[in-house]
Amino acid sequence: MAVVTVTQPGQRRTPKAAKTSSVFKKVVMAVSGIIMVLYLIAHMIGNLKVFAGRESFNGYSEWIRTIGEPAVPAQTTLTIIRIVLLAAVIAHFWAAVSLWRQAKRARPNGYVTKKPVAQSYASRTMRWGGVIVGLFIVYHILDLTMGVANPEGPASTPYDRLVAGFSNPLITAVYVIALVLLGMHLRHGIWSATQTLGQSNKRREKTVNLFALVFSVVLIGGFLLVPFSVLFGLVG
Amino acid sequence: MTATREGASFASGTATDPAMAPHGMTLTLRIWRQRGPADKGRMVTYQLEDISPDMSFLEMLDVLNEKLILAGDDPVVFDHDCREGICGSCGLMINGTAHGRGTSGGPTTTCQLHMRKFKDGDTIDIEPWRASAFPVIKDLSVDRSALDRIIQSGGYISAPTGTAPEAHSILVPKKDSDAAFDAATCIGCGACVAACPNASSMLFTAAKVSHLGLVPQGQPERNDRVVNMVAQQDREGFGGCTNIGECSAACPKGISMENISRLNHDLLGALRAGARPKS
Repeated sequence: MAVVTVTQPGQRRTPKAAKTSSVFKKVVMAVSGIIMVLYLIAHMIGNLKVFAGRESFNGYSEWIRTIGEPAVPAQTTLTIIRIVLLAAVIAHFWAAVSLWRQAKRARPNGYVTKKPVAQSYASRTMRWGGVIVGLFIVYHILDLTMGVANPEGPASTPYDRLVAGFSNPLITAVYVIALVLLGMHLRHGIWSATQTLGQSNKRREKTVNLFALVFSVVLIGGFLLVPFSVLFGLVG
Repeated sequence: MTATREGASFASGTATDPAMAPHGMTLTLRIWRQRGPADKGRMVTYQLEDISPDMSFLEMLDVLNEKLILAGDDPVVFDHDCREGICGSCGLMINGTAHGRGTSGGPTTTCQLHMRKFKDGDTIDIEPWRASAFPVIKDLSVDRSALDRIIQSGGYISAPTGTAPEAHSILVPKKDSDAAFDAATCIGCGACVAACPNASSMLFTAAKVSHLGLVPQGQPERNDRVVNMVAQQDREGFGGCTNIGECSAACPKGISMENISRLNHDLLGALRAGARPKS
């Protein structure tokens, strides 16, 4: 049976005019990511205070809330840090959703068969991994910062909340999974931010990737020390 | 003359010489058939027998098309021109990788991929490049003029015509000329877009920005070039780059990811210097 078809010129659907440059979105992503990474470094080092004992850890927690006193009212510095972080999270999320939707528009009908050649597991899990890490942060704040989701409740000291939480293997498992995902997110994120800000080249490529890997492993390793120490009874 | 050659080619297929015995492959092809831009399209299965491992991928499709024509069917439309891996016309998604990069073992174009890379009895999925900026014309042929429009928006230098200036009057450091040449090897096949999970044309645009941005002749328009080319790329409806690296891996010319970093660097510098895209 002969199938007669007529070849027509490619019909383009008029693309939605890009309101913001895709590269601008990436820069927002990179800069907000860097702000959050700087916070994570301080957060991880602060956590290690737990090994100095209950008084030291609770005292550190109190200090964060009173930095700058009496020149500024209590919680001023902490509130500023929180506002900056919240802005960074919102910017990061906006850029991600915007690029995600742009990618969806750019290929509305996917391939029947598509196989990765070069992409790393880390780069493949950036979007959903990011969503999971975001949800984890909400839980983490309810758990250890506010205490409402913690077995010890909001009236307890930070040290007690930490020990009570991580004594439960299920809670520790949630933290471990989220932190490993965060580590992979950072591994690709650091490399990607270097590219986006135009600071990579063929010579630096290897170093940047190695740094991203080592940095992520050290940072996440530092975070993981605390829950594992509680779980195995070294702290508590 | 012709008769002798034909005779020789027939002799090579006889079973008298075991080394020259036919060792054709049997293949199952699942090919994307789409009658036109408005058609929805579907995968259609074809059986092919006695395919020589020495054939190129496109020659294998030629064999299929000959059979389809003889059977009174519509042949499969695909783009091709030089068949030497230099023009950038051909480009197919083969078993889920651009130009069959997952099968080839190294950078290649579809025309330079040979059937010896496949095994007898293989099933091969063949699809067109998929991106809304690359609308399907028919079957495996897509309209890649979006890439031409990106070039038109800034991938050139403005130079007075007339006698060519003395070559030695403008010195270019070897390092820069090498990097510019590496970027200039881009053949605009679109494999980067096809392979990118975001359908981004960043590697293509970056190669074009780099190859002019690294040489003295490209300097006067360097800022406007990068700003306009990125704006045009967004206007065409390509996705955004997330530095995954599928593009560079699929690139038949091995264009490096460093070009994307250079584009970003140039773009940020240009925006700081006040360059804005012309609308």
